[in-house]
Amino acid sequence: MSENGEAIIIAENVNKTYPNGVKALRDVSLSVKKGEVVVIIGASGSGKTTFLRTINQLEYIDSGKITVDGVDVTDPKTNLTKIRAEIGMVFQHFNVFPHMSVLNNVILAQTLVKKRSRKEAEDIALEFLNKVGIADKKDDYPGNLSGGQQQRVAIARALAMNPKIMLFDEATSALDPEMVGGILDIMKSLAKEGITMVVVTHEMGFAREAADRIVFMDHGQIIEINTPDNVFTNAKSERLRQFLSQIL
Amino acid sequence: MRKADKRNKILWNVAFVIVLIGLGFSVYKASLRINYSWNWRAVPSYIIYNNVTNINSPVNGVVKGYKDGVLIIESLAKKTIKLKVAHTKLKPGSKVTQDEPVGYNSHYQPGPLLIGLIMTLKISFVSIIIALVIGFITGLMRISSNPLLKNLAITYIELIRGTPLLVQIFIVYFFIGTVFNMTRFVAGAFALAVFEGAYIAEIIRAGIQSISKGQTEASLALGMNYFQIMRYIIMPQAIKRVLPALAGQFISLVKDSSLLSIISITELTKAGREVASSTFSPFEVWFTVAALYFIMTYTLSLLDRYIERRLARNE
Ligand SMILES: Nc1ncnc2c1ncn2[C@@H]1O[C@H](COP(=O)(O)OP(=O)(O)OP(=O)(O)O)[C@@H](O)[C@H]1O
Ligand SMILES: [Mg+2]
Repeated sequence: MSENGEAIIIAENVNKTYPNGVKALRDVSLSVKKGEVVVIIGASGSGKTTFLRTINQLEYIDSGKITVDGVDVTDPKTNLTKIRAEIGMVFQHFNVFPHMSVLNNVILAQTLVKKRSRKEAEDIALEFLNKVGIADKKDDYPGNLSGGQQQRVAIARALAMNPKIMLFDEATSALDPEMVGGILDIMKSLAKEGITMVVVTHEMGFAREAADRIVFMDHGQIIEINTPDNVFTNAKSERLRQFLSQIL
Repeated sequence: MRKADKRNKILWNVAFVIVLIGLGFSVYKASLRINYSWNWRAVPSYIIYNNVTNINSPVNGVVKGYKDGVLIIESLAKKTIKLKVAHTKLKPGSKVTQDEPVGYNSHYQPGPLLIGLIMTLKISFVSIIIALVIGFITGLMRISSNPLLKNLAITYIELIRGTPLLVQIFIVYFFIGTVFNMTRFVAGAFALAVFEGAYIAEIIRAGIQSISKGQTEASLALGMNYFQIMRYIIMPQAIKRVLPALAGQFISLVKDSSLLSIISITELTKAGREVASSTFSPFEVWFTVAALYFIMTYTLSLLDRYIERRLARNE
């Protein structure tokens, strides 16, 4: 799927320093092709989350350029709400809306942003709640759900917007171990469906199985971009080999 | 709960009632020491009283009939006269002479304290609405990243919180009120709203800031704009969280409205002062005024608890 496709995300020489002086991204360049699954790995604090969040501009950058689906998102004149609606994001801490039922969690942005009718939004919501296996909880409030169930709601909420790209930031890190597999399975089946995905994760099994390419970051820099096979058996950089030996 | 704990609880509740009775009794005792003679009988009439007006016959004549509260009299000159009389003892055929009482009308009328209470309710209601609007807007300005909006909000909040309400009422009434030709009521409601609005702004700000950033980020990632995020995600959660504080502020507002008596708005406190000075029952009047305030504030308290419980169901 990844060969010869056109790039849907292009990051060029992205730099980002937080107000506290931490240089989180240094000259990061990466292009992601349509339908590609890119997994970003790296030690804690290496800038994975920061980079992911620059793609939908939850984090602004100091210099460089990021183009998503042909739109320069780093241009101050760009209408961000429009491009953000095409990029789904799944967070480590779910961030479901606690004051709304599961169904309304998935309906809200569809009606507000996509201007769908309530009926249409509800049908689509149910379709995706079914897909993530949680349609039976549609009338529950998030407070009554387990972490794994909340993350399913969050995934359905993002998918219901029919995004062109899905960003996952450690979607399983806050889950109890027995919940992790279910979420990873959903992510794998999405990967197979051909949706473009950028995934930050510490789950090397997932990276190996689902990634088209793996990006290794360290101290705000991309050190190596390689296929899963090469990363795990034949890594070029010393730092990546060190990182893998620490976690595997 | 353990059995012994339960018994203890009951004992302490009994003790509470005894303490209350004791306190009441000591107030009574204290009043005896200053030779105060209690007279509660007149108090209800300060709240509501039965207004009786006697009706006199305008002519000499004969009663022809009485139907549906209307007395029909035929004068000696054969003219028919109809009088509205609610209560009469006259029967058809009775003779009446001019200016003789033929009966009376009676109806309930609000006493001065009730009129004052209604004024307090009115001015509090208007002030709460304006204060909420001010509070919301300045609360949002306060957390804005725009220095103009933010500094304006901070200046307003600090000035209002740093000066006494009484002084503010004077300033609004004598200065702003005169410049803009405001009525007492408008000036009073405005002064109160501006004062409470500063506190509500801080409550709203705290509420918004207490909602985790993840909520805003998830909404932004879905493509929602600032207004939509505030309206559908942040405010509903923030308001739920600060509802007790808001209710407390409303209660303060109702009580603070008593200061408006100083600019001659006849609300409950001014009414109380007028009644107290024209009767010889200051204690009864002031206790009654206090009770009326308490009924209003306690109702707000109960309302708050009710809404909190309703909202808690949706979690
Ligand atoms: N909002 C922020 N303000 C200041 N510094 C930040 C902020 N967010 C992240 N940082 C710093 O920027 C660096 C990169 O952080 P980032 O969260 O992108 O790392 P990460 O690779 O996602 O780490 P982890 O695996 O722990 O999630 C870290 O040094 C972090 O402390
Ligand atoms: Mg991270």
